[in-house]
Amino acid sequence: MWLRVILVAIVMSFVAPAMAAPDGARLYRRLCSVCHGDDGNGGVGVPLRLPAFQSSVSDAYLKKTIKHGRPGRIMPAFDYLNEAEVQAIVDHIRGWNEGKRPGFSQARIRGDAGHGAKLFAKHCAQCHGENGQGGHGTGVTFSRPRDLPIIAPALNNPGFLAAAPDAMIKATLEKGREGTPMVSFRKQGLSEQDINDLVAYVRSFEQQHPEPDRLAQEIEPILVYESPYGLEETVEAVKRAAVGRNFRLIREQTLENGLFPEDQENDRQVIVYFCNFNFLYDALAVDPRVGLFLPCRVTVVEQQGRVKVMSINPKRLSTLFNNENLNQACDHMYQLYTEILEEATF
Amino acid sequence: MRNRLLSTLVLLLAAVIPPAQAQDLFMVRSRLPFAETMLMLQEAVSDQGYKLSRVQRVDVGLTNMGYETDKYRVVFFGKPDQVRRLSETHPELIPYLPLKIAIFAEETDTLLVAANPRRLAEFYDDEELRGVFAQWADDMQVMMDKLQNAEGM
Repeated sequence: MWLRVILVAIVMSFVAPAMAAPDGARLYRRLCSVCHGDDGNGGVGVPLRLPAFQSSVSDAYLKKTIKHGRPGRIMPAFDYLNEAEVQAIVDHIRGWNEGKRPGFSQARIRGDAGHGAKLFAKHCAQCHGENGQGGHGTGVTFSRPRDLPIIAPALNNPGFLAAAPDAMIKATLEKGREGTPMVSFRKQGLSEQDINDLVAYVRSFEQQHPEPDRLAQEIEPILVYESPYGLEETVEAVKRAAVGRNFRLIREQTLENGLFPEDQENDRQVIVYFCNFNFLYDALAVDPRVGLFLPCRVTVVEQQGRVKVMSINPKRLSTLFNNENLNQACDHMYQLYTEILEEATF
Repeated sequence: MRNRLLSTLVLLLAAVIPPAQAQDLFMVRSRLPFAETMLMLQEAVSDQGYKLSRVQRVDVGLTNMGYETDKYRVVFFGKPDQVRRLSETHPELIPYLPLKIAIFAEETDTLLVAANPRRLAEFYDDEELRGVFAQWADDMQVMMDKLQNAEGM
């Protein structure tokens, strides 16, 4: 009997909070506000508060976007949230506007995708990219102001295509989005059939089959080379190799610097920090969170008579960011790190 | 009867306990200005039992080179004895030590970003390290929560 009472009490302590309605404001603040702003005014992410945005997207679109994100475009998939939590976030977002929540038919719109492709090249590609890949970089950057409140979305993104029904795309083309560079294409002189053709072309992006990304788990987390030289000699070789690739040396210290008194630091673990400020500036524009890679660093370690040179693997770390533009920068960094480590240990 | 009760309770618990959140990055927005948030971050790091080892002034480096940028720093921290022990027992972890949080201004707000240490468990398949990463993740979450909820001094 007592066992039953205790077990029920334990269960209720979990069930009661779980059964309570989720707090949309709290969830939004914790999960969304860093990119979309506390009040939905945007930043790295879309300005969700914008009336023209709210009046052109359905709740279903918002929910699917939260669940699936935008692969490769920073917006992560919050696939661990339950339905009630997602709905609570959507309700919180909708609370900023009093307007009606639009709904859209899920039916496919028929159109001539071939003609739509020509119209897309003429009217859309300048902002959305030749293949619908979207604008470059993030929205208003974390660290520096930008000219536009948003970056043109990637229309070929599988997350977008899964979330946006044809009717929603059509309505956006017809009405535009006030407060963003997206204009009404009916007002620009396109006919309804033209717009249907454009929708058919955008939908055809679903047939693109991009190369699947290599699984993150298959990428080594660090780059490591054994050096045939002594520690001090290897440190100098690392510095020469970095400078030879247009990096500026900014600091040399032990791994334990700042953690132990100077005379107690292990001087057989030496970090060389370096930076290419031009590359850094460009990388910050691609993704302001890039600080987690900073500064560029190679560590030289002597352990049991062997000297190793190691660095993070930028390719592996970049998988955490869900930003395909950053992946390209990280591929370049991987190449540079590899060259530096190889040269220093050659 | 008792077994059936236990099974039912286990199933019920499984249904209502939310899955562990698995963000790749911890990212929060502090409503406080940069300088104040920076001070609070240093306090939060210390409150969780870590020692601040260094602050990289990214913005200063960029400005000195002629680039325009807002405040941008990277804060490094660790538990000294733990860093020493892990670097000896798991040298492959060294490139990820010490821990770091990037902190930067966005107009009047301040944003903070850190890699979720739990994700390191995917990098290093090691039982002991899994526990260490989970502890780091919990500690960082506490720091981030403090900063997100701070209302000013």
